Amino acid sequence: MHNTRLRRLHVLGLTAGAVMVLAACGGGPASSSSGGSPATAQSAADAGGLNALVTAAKKEGKLNVIALPPDWANYGAIISGFTAKYGIPIDSANPNGSSQDEVNAVQQLAGTSRAPDVLDVGMAVALANTNLFAPYKVTSWGDILDSQKEATGLWFQDYGGYMSIGYDSSKVPTITSIQDLLKPEFKGKVALNGDPTKANAALNGVMMASLANGGSLDDISKGVDFFHQLKQKGNFVPVQATTATVKNGSTPVVFDWDYLSAAHGTDVPTWKVFVPSNAILGGYYAQAINKQAPHPAAARLWMEYLYSDEGQNLWLKGLARPVRMDAMQKKGTLDKAAAAKLPPVNGKPVFLSADQATNAKNYLADHWAQAIG
Amino acid sequence: MTLAVDPSIKLETARRPLGGGRRLNADWLGAVPFLAYVGLFLLLPTAIVAIGAFVGPNGVTLANLTAMNQAYIVRSFINSVVLAAVSALVGAVFGAMLAYAVATGNPRSVLRRLVTSACGVLAQFGGVTLAFAFLATIGGAGLIRVWLLDRGIDIYANGEWLYQLRGLVLVYAYFQIPLMVLVFLPALDGIRPQWREATETLGGGTWHYWRYVAGPLLLPAFTGATLLLFANAFSAYATAAALINQGSIIASLLIANTLTSEVGLHNPGIASAEALVMVVIVAIVMVLYAQLQRRTAGWLR
Amino acid sequence: MNRARRIRLQLFRGVTFVIMGAFFLVPIAGMFEFSTRGRGLNAPRTLEAWTSIVTYPDLVAAIVASLELALITSVGMLLLLVPTMIWVRLRLPELARTIEFICLLPLTIPAIVLVAGLVPIYKWIAINLVDSILTLAFAYLVLVLPYAYRTLYAGLSAIDVKTLSEAARSLGAGWPAVMWRIIVPNMSVALLNACLLSVAVVLGEYTIANLLNYVNVQVAIQLLGRANAGVSIAVAVASLLFAFLLLVVLSFVGRPRARVARAEG
Repeated sequence: MHNTRLRRLHVLGLTAGAVMVLAACGGGPASSSSGGSPATAQSAADAGGLNALVTAAKKEGKLNVIALPPDWANYGAIISGFTAKYGIPIDSANPNGSSQDEVNAVQQLAGTSRAPDVLDVGMAVALANTNLFAPYKVTSWGDILDSQKEATGLWFQDYGGYMSIGYDSSKVPTITSIQDLLKPEFKGKVALNGDPTKANAALNGVMMASLANGGSLDDISKGVDFFHQLKQKGNFVPVQATTATVKNGSTPVVFDWDYLSAAHGTDVPTWKVFVPSNAILGGYYAQAINKQAPHPAAARLWMEYLYSDEGQNLWLKGLARPVRMDAMQKKGTLDKAAAAKLPPVNGKPVFLSADQATNAKNYLADHWAQAIG
Repeated sequence: MTLAVDPSIKLETARRPLGGGRRLNADWLGAVPFLAYVGLFLLLPTAIVAIGAFVGPNGVTLANLTAMNQAYIVRSFINSVVLAAVSALVGAVFGAMLAYAVATGNPRSVLRRLVTSACGVLAQFGGVTLAFAFLATIGGAGLIRVWLLDRGIDIYANGEWLYQLRGLVLVYAYFQIPLMVLVFLPALDGIRPQWREATETLGGGTWHYWRYVAGPLLLPAFTGATLLLFANAFSAYATAAALINQGSIIASLLIANTLTSEVGLHNPGIASAEALVMVVIVAIVMVLYAQLQRRTAGWLR
Repeated sequence: MNRARRIRLQLFRGVTFVIMGAFFLVPIAGMFEFSTRGRGLNAPRTLEAWTSIVTYPDLVAAIVASLELALITSVGMLLLLVPTMIWVRLRLPELARTIEFICLLPLTIPAIVLVAGLVPIYKWIAINLVDSILTLAFAYLVLVLPYAYRTLYAGLSAIDVKTLSEAARSLGAGWPAVMWRIIVPNMSVALLNACLLSVAVVLGEYTIANLLNYVNVQVAIQLLGRANAGVSIAVAVASLLFAFLLLVVLSFVGRPRARVARAEG
């Protein structure tokens, strides 16, 4: 990027960033940030190049992440990969936390050295908390579609998948349509990954059921009715699905994102993932950098790592669809073997818009407890 | 008549009270360390939470508290109170029985040490792992359940009760009973054989002994322990969250949901209001307990 | 006591121990059975889940931190509660109900809400004093108050504190001597049980440490448990065994008084 116009934009961006930092300095962290440009940069070029960023990050010496379980989209390998490549240890806190827990931690631990540096949150939480984020554009910014990122870099989507029904084929018969779940063979066997008034994955699970039962993205009521039917028949079990309950057979059928569901395959070789052809509901998560990160340079380096070919392919190995997938396929840098293992999906996926998600959660807040109680 | 006192005998009389005779001052000093500590680390956080109940997105408001009047919130609190009360009684009765079995044995025996240590561990055992322990034994695919099913007995013929409030009473008993044992055992250890002998010399039997002597003496500790079990079950969260993860049917699930919902139903003001209601409920229960204590223990002083 | 009553008592004890023992041990056996399952339908039993626990590096640091916290909390609890409770019983009976309610408060507020209230205080401590996991002891001391208070209360109510202390005072003992040499030895069971409960609470505490982003033993276990299903259950059973052994060792520390009550009929 030797274009003078771009360079002027970068200076503008850096100044804007500096002004923001000065404005935020009132309650800013007392420790860590060296105050140099890599720590407040809005892109790698801002920071003086990737190497300068690496040096600054190594000087900070640590990275705090939160709510990244090792079996979630292969984060275990990503964390160890980052540490191996740059020698920066990572502190992984609260692995079972929700997106809201991440935001709560950012607010509650602000100013301490344990505050999270980076966040991986659902879209609803990302959109509601942009005041907590610092803008940053990764080197491969252009590969991300405009609809999947915030214009100034406050948040940007990272990976996604499709809502699916995972099941243990040794305990229940093969599922070819969502209506199969109403059969008596599924008595006491069907679970959602969480409560839809609380967890993003569960809300999408109910929405997928709605789509598969004649509802639409604006109408989640058919999904709620479906689960009510499941409950009446005694097929629905309210237990929180974990790897242990899946393996032990308490929850042999789980509505969950396909990449999370596929992770059960390591413990249960007979695990299969089914996406209904008339209800391909996609969902992406988003990355963001904490404006008051105790290790800001390391946070930016982490983003660069995640959006590099290496990082994206690691997500792919976790059976999640990385956001740069199409671009990487065109450039030929996609891990073809891993891509081949993705659950087959025939049809065009749909995504919930922010408004549709809001309508869905309002409907659920009013009706879910009665339907399932 | 005056008492003749040999002046060579040194009499130890009560020293002159500090503060010129106002005993209140010096005595209250003794409670200061405790009050200061809990003031900072318990009362202050509680006050922060209580104040949060009155704060909304636009400043001070009563909206959070009036929102407590919704059907699903009221239902959750009622469920919590009923569950906690039943669980406390079950834990108290069976725990007292187990504590009695322990107390009447050799105080130095290995059995007693093992049982009290096991109770110490199990009293704090809960959450996802406890829920799984029950799922592994009597859950839908549990060992015992399947074993019984193979022999024609379906324990879930009338509904999957493990995933309902009734099931929670059984699961909660797993930590309520050990807690009762540990908390009540010191009181049982204080039973003197002289009480039994005295009852017998007066012609009383076992029934009289328990009804008129040991029972009333143990009642304060017993009801206090039951109150503890009530509060313990009332605020328990993780176990219920693992077993009944849908619908926020008890208050602690409701609060957790309101604090950590990631679909947009996150509302710290309402969560604080719900927490405040929990404190108020326990305060009411405490008042009732204090009345009970006063009626039954009045003659002891 | 006569023979018939003795037999009835022993029968009662036997039946109680057997039934309770089954109730408490069977679920743990169920967990252990699960942790030895292999992968796949007819896979053979394996101890793989158990052996992989020791390969986790951060677990040791977390265990040490939790043990230190348990020690600090127990000692703090004894120093804070015992003198206060004795003093209140003797001199400030009007404060008794208030102390009782205060000591029940930590149980009525769910931990995740309590953290919201503790956060400003912890932020101040972390920034101005020291940012160490041992600061959790402040919060843990508050958490164990309900259990410790009830246990100590039961112990105190079993002895006639008033008479004992008046007798000691009239013989010239000062207040420290009354507490340390007269009352405390008579409360040894209660003191021990309160310590056992405190240690168990600290070793089993998860929510506050997790929300403040500290890694204590339960947090480390959760992280370890995400590796696979068998490991998550194996490590939970292992932590139960560990706490149990620790408490058994602790129970030998207390001085068992020759209980007159053992002749109870």
